Amino acid sequence: MMRIIRHLGKRSRSLTYSVTIKMAALVKYSRALVRFSKSPPCLSLLRAGCPRFCSGDVISASVHDRIEEKRRAALLGGGQRRIDAQHKKGKLTARERVDLLVDPGTFVEYDMFAEHRCSDFGMEKDENKFPGDGVVTGHGRIHGRPVYLFSQDFTVFGGSLSSVHAGKICKIMDQAMLTGVPVIGLNDSGGARIQEGVESLAGYADIFQRNVEASGVVPQISLIMGPCAGGAVYSPALTDFTFMVKDTSYLFITGPDVVKSVTREEVTQEELGGAKTHTTLSGVAHRAFENDIDALLRLREFYNFLPLSNRDPAPIRPTEDPADRLCPVLDHLVPLDSHKPYNMLDVIQAFIDEEDFFEIMPKYAKNIVVGFARMNGRTVGIVGNQPKVASGCLDINASVKGARFVRFCDAFNIPLITFVDVPGFLPGTSQEFNGIIRHGAKLLYAYSEATVPKITVITRKAYGGAYDVMASKHVKADINYAWPTAEVAVMGAKGAVSIIFRGDQDQAKKEAEYVEKFANPFPAAIRGFVDDILEPRMTRQRICRDLDLLSTKKESRPWKKHANLPL
Amino acid sequence: MASYRFNLVKRVPQFSSSLYRIARRCCSIYTTPVDTNEPTFDKILIANRGEIACRVMQTCKRMGIKTVAIFSEADRHALHAQMADEAMYVGPAPSNQSYLVMDRIMDIIRKTGAQAVHPGYGFLSENKEFAKKLADEGVAFIGPPSGAIQAMGDKIESKLLAKDAKVNVIPGFDGVVKDADEAVQIANDIGYPVMIKASAGGGGKGMRIAWNDQEARDGFRLSSQEAASSFGDDRLLIEKFIDNPRHIEMQVLADSHGNALYLNERECSIQRRNQKVVEEAPSIFLDPDTRRAMGEQAVALARAVDYTSAGTVEFLVDSQKNFYFLEMNTRLQVEHPITECITGVDIVQQMIRVAKGHELTMKQSDIPIRGWAVECRVYAEDPYKSFGLPSIGWLSRYQEPTHLPKVRCDSGIQEGSEISMYYDPMISKLVTYGDNREEALQNMCRALDNYVIRGVTHNIPLLQEIIAHPRFVSGDINTKFLYEEYPDGFQGRQLSDTEQKEVAAMAACIYLRDQVRAGAFKNENRMPLQPVNPAAWDITAIVQGQEMPATVTENKDNFTVTIDGQTLTVNNDWSIAAAVLDATINGQQNTFQCISRKGDEIKLQYKGTVFKVEVLPKKATDYSHLMPEKPKVEASGEVRSPMAGSLVSISVQPGQDVAIGQEVCVIEAMKMQNSLTADRSGKVKAVHFETGTNVSEDDLILELE
Repeated sequence: MMRIIRHLGKRSRSLTYSVTIKMAALVKYSRALVRFSKSPPCLSLLRAGCPRFCSGDVISASVHDRIEEKRRAALLGGGQRRIDAQHKKGKLTARERVDLLVDPGTFVEYDMFAEHRCSDFGMEKDENKFPGDGVVTGHGRIHGRPVYLFSQDFTVFGGSLSSVHAGKICKIMDQAMLTGVPVIGLNDSGGARIQEGVESLAGYADIFQRNVEASGVVPQISLIMGPCAGGAVYSPALTDFTFMVKDTSYLFITGPDVVKSVTREEVTQEELGGAKTHTTLSGVAHRAFENDIDALLRLREFYNFLPLSNRDPAPIRPTEDPADRLCPVLDHLVPLDSHKPYNMLDVIQAFIDEEDFFEIMPKYAKNIVVGFARMNGRTVGIVGNQPKVASGCLDINASVKGARFVRFCDAFNIPLITFVDVPGFLPGTSQEFNGIIRHGAKLLYAYSEATVPKITVITRKAYGGAYDVMASKHVKADINYAWPTAEVAVMGAKGAVSIIFRGDQDQAKKEAEYVEKFANPFPAAIRGFVDDILEPRMTRQRICRDLDLLSTKKESRPWKKHANLPL
Repeated sequence: MASYRFNLVKRVPQFSSSLYRIARRCCSIYTTPVDTNEPTFDKILIANRGEIACRVMQTCKRMGIKTVAIFSEADRHALHAQMADEAMYVGPAPSNQSYLVMDRIMDIIRKTGAQAVHPGYGFLSENKEFAKKLADEGVAFIGPPSGAIQAMGDKIESKLLAKDAKVNVIPGFDGVVKDADEAVQIANDIGYPVMIKASAGGGGKGMRIAWNDQEARDGFRLSSQEAASSFGDDRLLIEKFIDNPRHIEMQVLADSHGNALYLNERECSIQRRNQKVVEEAPSIFLDPDTRRAMGEQAVALARAVDYTSAGTVEFLVDSQKNFYFLEMNTRLQVEHPITECITGVDIVQQMIRVAKGHELTMKQSDIPIRGWAVECRVYAEDPYKSFGLPSIGWLSRYQEPTHLPKVRCDSGIQEGSEISMYYDPMISKLVTYGDNREEALQNMCRALDNYVIRGVTHNIPLLQEIIAHPRFVSGDINTKFLYEEYPDGFQGRQLSDTEQKEVAAMAACIYLRDQVRAGAFKNENRMPLQPVNPAAWDITAIVQGQEMPATVTENKDNFTVTIDGQTLTVNNDWSIAAAVLDATINGQQNTFQCISRKGDEIKLQYKGTVFKVEVLPKKATDYSHLMPEKPKVEASGEVRSPMAGSLVSISVQPGQDVAIGQEVCVIEAMKMQNSLTADRSGKVKAVHFETGTNVSEDDLILELE
């Protein structure tokens, strides 16, 4: 950890020293104002315009001027030159981002006048004070619904985090939890404010603590729009969703320089912690967007899927897609040859509202598809095995990806719809050595723990333990369907026959027997493990009706302090 | 394990309703009633697939005949297999292992007890051996006698026969040409320009045109090589090349009692690579005298070869209405529906009757020309590449415009069908008719606008352009129409200023509808909603790279869009979820299709062509101007498969240096070989596939370091 911090120091020191002094004129009244603000009665009376205490127009005019000046300074952040530099990098400023993210005219800013209190290394000088201290915080509305947000300002001290900066973020997070409103963080920060030393670290920890407390209470979304390095990465990591902007955002514990000195690996920022790395390799980020504008507009769309808090139901909005629409296309989608792949995304697009699917982690662990959609206007979480990739098997990454998504949906009352075509868990030493047992258990745990409405459709294979895991009747799914192409069995015909009829000469015949017996939905249906065998075209209609029915579902689990998810 | 399940053809009851609809849809045009007392076959096998198999079955159903379909591996779910009373598996997907294997088909005939076989077109339809095999087993072949197939199947023999039957033939020479000098001599005798090709080659394959002696020599060399290598037949055809030619053909119908008549002409001049694209009946070019002369010659030829059943005599017609015999197709033609539309004759029904030995019930004087019919061949192909290169895929959404009046759509697919790489990529034959050409074309235009095809690339953009092209509308066409009008290839519809605004306006309205709805949560009870819906929305629509600032207002019963000072009023009674949007813009009817809505990007199909429109709030575009444009992604050094197909060859190995543009592998799809090249220079890092394996679209085949 110390190494991390030292590295952070290096980064942000260089950023701090390069700050220009041109802002001095704008901030010269800062100290005076701070003194003033320590005498609140006077200030409030001034505001009220009470003539008795206003010894003359001179004072009031001067305070007004200072307020105006501060505001102007705050709006300008680190100054025009730094704003231009920010634009040149293909990035918008903190305020421009907020402007795009929230509905016009709805942003209410907090702590615009906050400034750091550091007096070391010359930081006490006026020219080193910027109203707002490198982060814009407040609340606004997205499509009419409230949101708390902070947006780090890279033009001020490289967006580095001071204790005041952290305090501002904590303030809105506290309010968000009190009111039950989500928090969106727009991260663009060089790291800790080195000059503040341990205060800065304390600031990070204050945020982490709140991230954890808010977890499962209100949705928390991080959009990484610039660097986010060192300890800072743990805040996004604790939030529900981390999105990135391609080419301009980075997330890493230590940068390429430190990596080189420690492990002798030569790696670029982009390779180490760019959007591609985190959305394809590490699974740290949930999705990447083309640029700032694309990211913010997509975030608005995404926000619409989410309830405001764990006390709110999954949102419902109008749709023009009929709830009773038949999907004949689904009748032909699953190939009869069970070795032939098909695209689960095609299945999903066909039955959801208006083909509007917001996929989460589309490029990571592609053998499982997760994301948000709407059914008759109501937000649902969709999980599906992807037969097109690795036959749709469950491996470590897919299990973790699925588990995290299922838990989010459960935490925020979003019904789960699961499409099953799974040949089993992926065998192999690499999986076993890396703990597929432990990680696979996460998905099982998540599904078993979930009390939101759970609807399951078995499209084809549901083999072995993976069948149990994928929202089977046995882990308390509410309604389970099988398409006529479904086969629920312990394993595929070949493997099963080689065990049951070991040594039998006519394996092919036995296989045929096995197929006849098990490669169909009946064994599960006669036992009630599936509630109905459903013509695929009816899928949308039935699920829409089921969701209405299940909207009043109430289920509770035994009291516990918290559960112990296998990690 | 798979093979056991393959012996069953699933019959899901829900299919039946759509099948009845398909079976019913085109009966209304026929005026030839079914005589239920007339003896006919009990059971017919259709030795074909796709739309023509479905087409034949419709008439069989009408006549009360049971049908047997054959299907290959790839056609397990195909409509024709579902439609038939019995469906039998015939073999693996490649047609030379399934639809072309006579022995398997003969087995199925024996097994099912089919009394007759309709061969459709293509496959075994003009195979005299197949006709003979059937005859040997006493099974009726619904087509001409094998003698006629043979006589007309040979370019040279058919011309000689035509000459004898006093049919106009193109002056020329056919036979073995000794050497290039002789070829030049012959060419000079006929007079340039001349056409040279291998006698045995069908259609326009390997056809070369020579305008002088040198070209005649080249043509001789290439054609004779091809004749020897491809056909094992040295004979060449050298004949007068008809400039500005129109392709007009006569449908004939003959029975075994010596009756023969013609069902008038079809004009099929709109072609690409000698394949027909748009056909119409009758031809705008023929006068009654020419028509009669052509028809009588066609009948004369049919009689000369003792023809029975339906056949087509193709002619080339020059600008002076001189017509020359081209060839005779001894089968049901793809484009027969337009003839059915204008004559009311169910050609398949007559073919079946004739095969059963019945006499034709109509006379030449009974054959009318009622109105006009146009046919568009709707293909799964990319019209922007050589007027159409095959594409494959899966029809994620499919609606034929048969709800419109005077539309017939012959297809063998349905929503969810796959257009595979193994067969002809035709999706359907869209036919419209009307009292006159203008009406038929208007109906076609509307039908194309309303035709919903998603999941595969299709040629509707090109078809829509042809139908609306002033030269086509005026009837001034020839077989080189496409090449003359689009010398640089088809580029899609070029939008006028007004049209561009219309597209932008429509996209803006869709955007607005979506935005307003986004804030209309129905169950947000805890927090009061405060949607910000300004009276007027400032947006920017980007159409074809051009930014168009606009102001959109939603009124009570319409939208107002102001672009560049011009106000467009757009109706608002359409559904954002519908595939087809009937828009009224400034009082004028427009049909749009919303292909997709992904974020800001709205894809709209307008007048056939798909336009990508980005709609952004105005401030987003303002902000985007502050930032530099992102540089285009540099060459990735990855070679990905542009389509699904099989990897025929890989010409590089890991570690090998390749230069930019160098061929690295070849993919065969739809019987076409496509060479893939490196997009930059570098060393091959890895090759992910082996020769002979199948790749799907976008598979990473090879990486450079």
